[in-house]
Amino acid sequence: MDQIMLNKYDEMLFTPGHRACPGCGATIAVRAILEATGPDVIVVSPTGCLETFTAQYPYSPWGVPWLHVLFENAAAVASGVEAALKKRGLSDKIKVIIIGGDGGTHDIGIGALSGMLERGHNVTYICYDNEAYMNTGVQRSSATPVGASTATSPAGTQSWGKERPKKNLPAIVLAHGAPYVATASIAYPKDITRKVKLALSIQGPKYIEVHSPCPIGWGFDSAQTIELAKLAVQTGLVPIYEAYQGQPIKVRKIPKRVPVIEYLRNQKRFRHLVEGQGDQAHLALIQAIADENIVHYGLV
Amino acid sequence: MVKGKLSVMEGSMAIAQAVKVCRPAVISAYPITPQTHIIEFLAQMVANGELDAEYIRADSEFSAASILAGASATGVRTYTASSSQGLLLMTEVIYYLAGTRLPVVFTGANRQITAPIGLQPDHQDTMSFRDAGMIELYVEDVQEAYDTHLQAFKIAEDHDILLPVMVCMDGFVLTHVFEPVKTFDQEDVDAFLPPYDPIHYLTPEKPMVFGSGSDEVNTMEFHYMNHQAVLRARDKIEAVAREFEDAFGHYRGGLIDTYATEDAEVILVAMGSVIGTLREAVDVLRGEGVKVGLVKVRSFRPFPAEALRQAISHTGAVAVLDRALSFGYQGILATDVKTALYDAPQRPLVLGLMVGFGGREVNLDTVREIVQRTQRALDTGHVPNEAEFIGLKTEIMPHFPVVA
Repeated sequence: MDQIMLNKYDEMLFTPGHRACPGCGATIAVRAILEATGPDVIVVSPTGCLETFTAQYPYSPWGVPWLHVLFENAAAVASGVEAALKKRGLSDKIKVIIIGGDGGTHDIGIGALSGMLERGHNVTYICYDNEAYMNTGVQRSSATPVGASTATSPAGTQSWGKERPKKNLPAIVLAHGAPYVATASIAYPKDITRKVKLALSIQGPKYIEVHSPCPIGWGFDSAQTIELAKLAVQTGLVPIYEAYQGQPIKVRKIPKRVPVIEYLRNQKRFRHLVEGQGDQAHLALIQAIADENIVHYGLV
Repeated sequence: MVKGKLSVMEGSMAIAQAVKVCRPAVISAYPITPQTHIIEFLAQMVANGELDAEYIRADSEFSAASILAGASATGVRTYTASSSQGLLLMTEVIYYLAGTRLPVVFTGANRQITAPIGLQPDHQDTMSFRDAGMIELYVEDVQEAYDTHLQAFKIAEDHDILLPVMVCMDGFVLTHVFEPVKTFDQEDVDAFLPPYDPIHYLTPEKPMVFGSGSDEVNTMEFHYMNHQAVLRARDKIEAVAREFEDAFGHYRGGLIDTYATEDAEVILVAMGSVIGTLREAVDVLRGEGVKVGLVKVRSFRPFPAEALRQAISHTGAVAVLDRALSFGYQGILATDVKTALYDAPQRPLVLGLMVGFGGREVNLDTVREIVQRTQRALDTGHVPNEAEFIGLKTEIMPHFPVVA
């Protein structure tokens, strides 16, 4: 039996046994991504949750070659991997992808990402967006949604949590002229796989942002990861769309809209907004963001 | 048969030519101010089809070093050049390269660090990598810079070493000067420097993890292995210099170089382009009957402690000319020289002298003053200051309390 299990693991590109928290959204994303890439891929990751829970020497769940350098340079490192593969005549055979969190992507790594996009490297950058620096103790990132309480944007008598809206990185990537930009959610793993496959078939830099709930950082029951991810999409707060050559090609429609309060009330990071009578003014502001997304992205 | 062709060229061009015949697969650079012409010449060589390399124009020096980390981990030969602020911006990556044993070769064209901002050479920039786990070689002229780049790839990529190597050459004084340089044919360099043969690299055929985390269980062992690799480079640097001599007919290399030290009562110790001036000064002062000698420290890391002990411990006093300062203590090279001498059976006096900051000229008068100070210390048996600033213009500074 043990041998059968071992043989099974040998063929897996991402094995169980890593150190992710129960209910981690990022691991669902990783499995869906590797389903699309197959074994002929080199994965680059910046420092972050994924790096921490998959690469503690001498253990690793990776069944594909994997490279971590620093926090803020995954896009530059992947550019170098791609250049070396080109020189070795392996560009057609081996794909280069990045899997990184929102901290390494939206914030400290955005300079390197911009460089990679501008130079036009044939790399697919996938960000698992769990909306804060989870690995280091849930500090706010620029991808943290407005109103969320984090370790560095705590709600208090003088604050309602993070006071700035989420950075729209897909739009920034689109402005670089990247040929393929998409958003996705771990609520729909098959959609992630399809989008990564499509991205890999396109030459040039591609960007996919995967919304990935974090039970620890957001404060919800770890059995509810998928449900919560679905709710986020159904409210309109997380629009799922894709664009090819700068033009929208597909949008995930929301058959039945859910008020944002239904999504917010299950998470400790928004508790200060929903408890008691509720912070109606700020709840209305968050609802307005969802309403705007519905119109802007054509979600209904 | 005599190999090589002698021609006059700019220092930066000589380095570009050296790098070209070493056949790097990936070059990445960012022309932050200050830079040198090296990366521009290499860009032109690639554009002309003379050099078959991937040349990545990075968005910063930090990204340039990161790009080479990725390329080196993918199993190819890599190169970059930078200076000053650019090198500092690469720092985080350089520590990673050493710890992950990726043999990237750098030219460190020495220039002053901000603040104040400036373009002229001193050693504050490259000496900040003292503890990064890499190899650093300092050269005195353009020919040595050319030769050392050929040797650097061979040292870096040796399976017993596998470390980043930085060839440090003074900015402007060596990078922008025109000197006669003997350059070598591609086939001769190919015979000396075989293609990079990586042991570990990223490939789906044998999936491997680069850049793991480690903690109290294994980190000390990783550091010990890195330390051992830098120490092993002591023999390797000497061996490669001898191989270079066999291949090309002249010896330019090794850990240190000595000049007129045997009977010297005063020995000057320094690194970089000032060595040329010091050789001349030694000749002049010897002509005047002063028993002065010179030691060039060529390998700063690994530090040639034993070679230095043998070269200088017999003398009366040593004057270390430092172009980099550990603020609040003393000159960085002086500190290392003193540490090396602690284990010597007989210890000369050591004077730490600050010179050449921001490219300030070191000439015969400077050397005279240094030798006189050293002789005075020898007479009194006493070194007045741990760090003596030569030619300090006290009249232009505002009044403040001075401490010894």
